[in-house]
Amino acid sequence: MASMRHRLETIAEPAIELIIRLCGISSIVFVFGIFFFVFREGASFFFGGLDLVEFLTSPEWFPSSVSNKRYGVLALIAGTFSVTILAMIIAVPFGIGAAIYVSEFCSPKLKETFKIVIELLAAIPSVVWGFIGLTIMNELIIDIFNAPIGLTVLNGGLILALMSVPIIVSIGEDALKAVPDSFREAAVALGATRWQLVYRALLPAAKNGLLAASLLGVARAVGETMAVLMATGHAVNMPGSPLDSVRTLTATIAAELGEAPLGSDHYQVLFIIGVLLFSINFIVNLTADLIVKGVRDE
Amino acid sequence: MRYLLPFRKYLLCTTVVGALGLLQVGCGGSKENGAPDKAVIQNAGSDTMVNLAQAWAEDYAVVATTVSIEVSGGGSGTGIASLINGTVDIANCSRKMKPEELERAEQNTGKRPVEFVVGYDALAVYVHLDNPLDEISIEQLAQIYGEKGNLTKWSELGIRHTACESDEIIRISRQSNSGTYHYFREAILGSTKDFKLGSRDLHGSKDVVDLVENTPCALGYSGMGYATEHVKMLKITTIKGETAYPPTLETALEGTYPIARPLYMYTLGEPTGDIKTYIDWVFSETGQKIVETNGYVPLKREGTESTGDMTGE
Repeated sequence: MASMRHRLETIAEPAIELIIRLCGISSIVFVFGIFFFVFREGASFFFGGLDLVEFLTSPEWFPSSVSNKRYGVLALIAGTFSVTILAMIIAVPFGIGAAIYVSEFCSPKLKETFKIVIELLAAIPSVVWGFIGLTIMNELIIDIFNAPIGLTVLNGGLILALMSVPIIVSIGEDALKAVPDSFREAAVALGATRWQLVYRALLPAAKNGLLAASLLGVARAVGETMAVLMATGHAVNMPGSPLDSVRTLTATIAAELGEAPLGSDHYQVLFIIGVLLFSINFIVNLTADLIVKGVRDE
Repeated sequence: MRYLLPFRKYLLCTTVVGALGLLQVGCGGSKENGAPDKAVIQNAGSDTMVNLAQAWAEDYAVVATTVSIEVSGGGSGTGIASLINGTVDIANCSRKMKPEELERAEQNTGKRPVEFVVGYDALAVYVHLDNPLDEISIEQLAQIYGEKGNLTKWSELGIRHTACESDEIIRISRQSNSGTYHYFREAILGSTKDFKLGSRDLHGSKDVVDLVENTPCALGYSGMGYATEHVKMLKITTIKGETAYPPTLETALEGTYPIARPLYMYTLGEPTGDIKTYIDWVFSETGQKIVETNGYVPLKREGTESTGDMTGE
C-alpha cells in the first residue's frame, strides 16, 4: 500500500507542478501575445510610411481628411495625461483617506456599510458614468464656472476620480489591514495618538500597498474609454486649462476603429496608438515596481 | 425622463451593436442564426437613420410575420464596413458609398452593392433657444467649421448673444464615421477641405441636439428629425444676403434648403427574396408615410417605385 501511494505521489507531484508552472508561463505568453498581435496589425505602416516624429509631436489629427491626411497624436497624449493627472490629484488623497478611515477609525458596523457602498460605486458601468458627465456634470460645470461648455478635462477628471476611488479604497484598505496588530499595540503603548499611529506607524508600513493601490487607480484612469469619450467633449485640442475640452487616446480608438477600413493607414495608426497605450501602462507599472523595490531595499 | 432617451439610444448604439457584431462573427453568417422558422434580415449603419430603420422594422413585423429585421446603429461607416465584411444584409447610409468602398465590397464578397434612395433628410443647424441668431449662410458656416476659417465669436456674426458670456462659438460636430459628418463637411467645405480641430465630436445625432439645448454658446448640426422645442433651427442661405430657408419638408423637396441629402440603403447585389420584399415595402406608401412621421422627407409621390435609384454606380 505504502509503495503504491508513493508511486502515485511520484507521478502526481510533478504533474501538478507542471500545471502550475504552465499557469505561470501562460500569463507571460498572453502579455507578449497581445503585444505581438496588436503591433502586427500596425507594423507595415509603422515601418513604412509613418513619420514617427510627426506622430509623437504634431497635434494635428486628420485621419479621414480627403486631401491631406495627418496623423499626429500629441493632442491625444496631452488629453490622456491631463485627464489622468487631474483624476489622480483628486482620487489619491480621497481614496487613501477613505481607506484609512474605513480601516482604522470607523466602527465595525459602519465599516461593513461603507464597504458595501464603495463596492456599489465600483459596480456602476462606465457608460453610466459617461452619461452622468454628458448631462448632469455638463450643466453643473457651465453653471458653477461660467464656462462656455461643461464637457472638459475637469468633467472627465472628476468622473475618472470617482471611478478610481473604489479601487484605491479597497486595495488600500487591504494594505492597511495587512499591517500586523503588534505595530498598533506598540505605538499605542508608546503613548501615540490615533493620528500619530496612522502617520508614523501604519503609513510607512503599508507604503508599498498604498502605492500599488494608487497605481492601479492610474492604470484604470489611463485605460478608461467610454466615460471619458462622453465627458471630455472628444475634441482634438491641446488643453490649456481644466476647462478645455480634450480627446484621449482610448476614446479615439473606440470612436474610429469601427469606421477605419481593414488594413488602411488609419486602421494601422489606431493599432499603433494601442501599442503606445500599452507602452505607457508598461512604463507606469515598471516605475511602480522599481519604486517598490527601491523602498524595500532601503 | 428626458435624459433617459439619449441614454437608451446610447446603449442601443454601442452595447447592442457590439454584442450583435460578436454574435454574427460567432455564427459565421447572418441568416443561419435566430429561430429556424423566421428569416432574419440584418440591418445596420447610419445613426441618423437608426430611429427610422427601427420604425420600419417594427411596422414591418406586423405586416410580415415570417421575417424579423434586426436594426443597429453605429454610423454609416460602420454599416458600410459590415456590408463589406458581409455581416449585414442591408446597410443604412446617410452618405453615398465611395467608389473605393464599392470596389472593396465587390472584392470581398463578389457582389457589387446596389444603392436605393429611401428618403431625404434636411440637415438642420441648431443653436440654443436664447441665441438671437435667426439665419446663417453656408459661407459663414465654412468660416466657423473650416480648417482655415477665422470666425470664432458670436459677435462676428453681427449679434449680441447675451446668454453666452464668453462670446465663443462652441462648435459641435460628429465623430468621423458618421455619414452626417461626411455630408456636412462636403456640403459646407467642399470635397477636399477639412474641419478645424477642436470641435466637440459627439457620438450620436440626438446627443448633438441635447448638448445644444444645455449649452448657450453652442452651434451644432444634426438631422431635422431630431429637432425638439428646446432648441432653435437656423434658416440657411447659400450666399449671404439672399433669402434664407428654414429646414422643412417643402424646402427640402423643392431644393431651396441647401443642406438636404438623400438617405440610402445598400444591399449586396440585386436584392432577392425577403430582402427585396422588404425594400419594396419601404418604397410603398406605408413605408414612405413612416419616413414623414419620423421627421424625414419622403420620396416624391409620382412614380414611387422608380424614385429609388436602382443603378449600382
